[in-house]
Amino acid sequence: MRKWVEATGKTVENAIENGLKMLGVSKDKVEVEIIDKGSKGVFGLIGARPAKVKLIIKKDYEAIAKTFLRDVLDKMGLKCEIQIKDEDDILKINLVGPKMSVLIGHKGETLDALQYLLSLVINKDNEVNEFKKVLLDTQNYRKKREEALIKLANRLAYKVKRYNKSITLEPMNPYERRIIHSALQNHPDVITYSIGEEPFRRVVIDLKNKEA
Amino acid sequence: MKELVEVIAKALVDNPDAVVVNEICGEQSVIIELKVAPEDMGKVIGKQGRIARAIRTVVKAAAIKANKRVIVEII
Repeated sequence: MRKWVEATGKTVENAIENGLKMLGVSKDKVEVEIIDKGSKGVFGLIGARPAKVKLIIKKDYEAIAKTFLRDVLDKMGLKCEIQIKDEDDILKINLVGPKMSVLIGHKGETLDALQYLLSLVINKDNEVNEFKKVLLDTQNYRKKREEALIKLANRLAYKVKRYNKSITLEPMNPYERRIIHSALQNHPDVITYSIGEEPFRRVVIDLKNKEA
Repeated sequence: MKELVEVIAKALVDNPDAVVVNEICGEQSVIIELKVAPEDMGKVIGKQGRIARAIRTVVKAAAIKANKRVIVEII
């Protein structure tokens, strides 16, 4: 499905260069797989083998993401700027424009839905091991939500300790549950775990030492 | 609204040409019927209807502006 070529040359570098010429692209657009490092042989005569490499054109995630989002946002009647950067192997996308609250939705539900659809679109035809993560954000919503959840976690942890009773939170997605778990990970008095099945999985905050 | 469903569906399936979207307008609500190739059904429904739910959520958000209720049906 993906475009690739095999190329040979005196050295690995030569082979890569030849391959890039065949594809007509620059080196940052391909993945290089070395098939044979080659060998100069004895006196350059006996047993000499050329180096052999395979060049695979990288999928342009940014372009795919941009086209899809632009189409969808146009049809939703939203005008906004799409900022994309590839950081730590995650495609981070920020949308800037007016009326972004429509896009976030109730508790980020619309933003999450769009992010999920986007991840399906860019990972289409990908093997399982090359799954590309995406993070869709607007107006710094993710950061604000994270802060709100950490505050909530700490407030509830205090309540659990004070009233000696466990508290079950409302259903949340894995990403949000993780924030709660890690916020209370090193808390001296409470522990956290999750119960229920997706998409209704909930975090429970409980006392560490029940007898105490 | 119809185009929105079409854009999303076409991006998800393997046979974009087989995607057909019909819009039936009522007074307050709009029913959008989405048809895809049989082998692509899973691509628009997803495990436990997760993809279908995501499509409905996005369409619902778009419909808020138009002040209409939109029902997306996959047939």
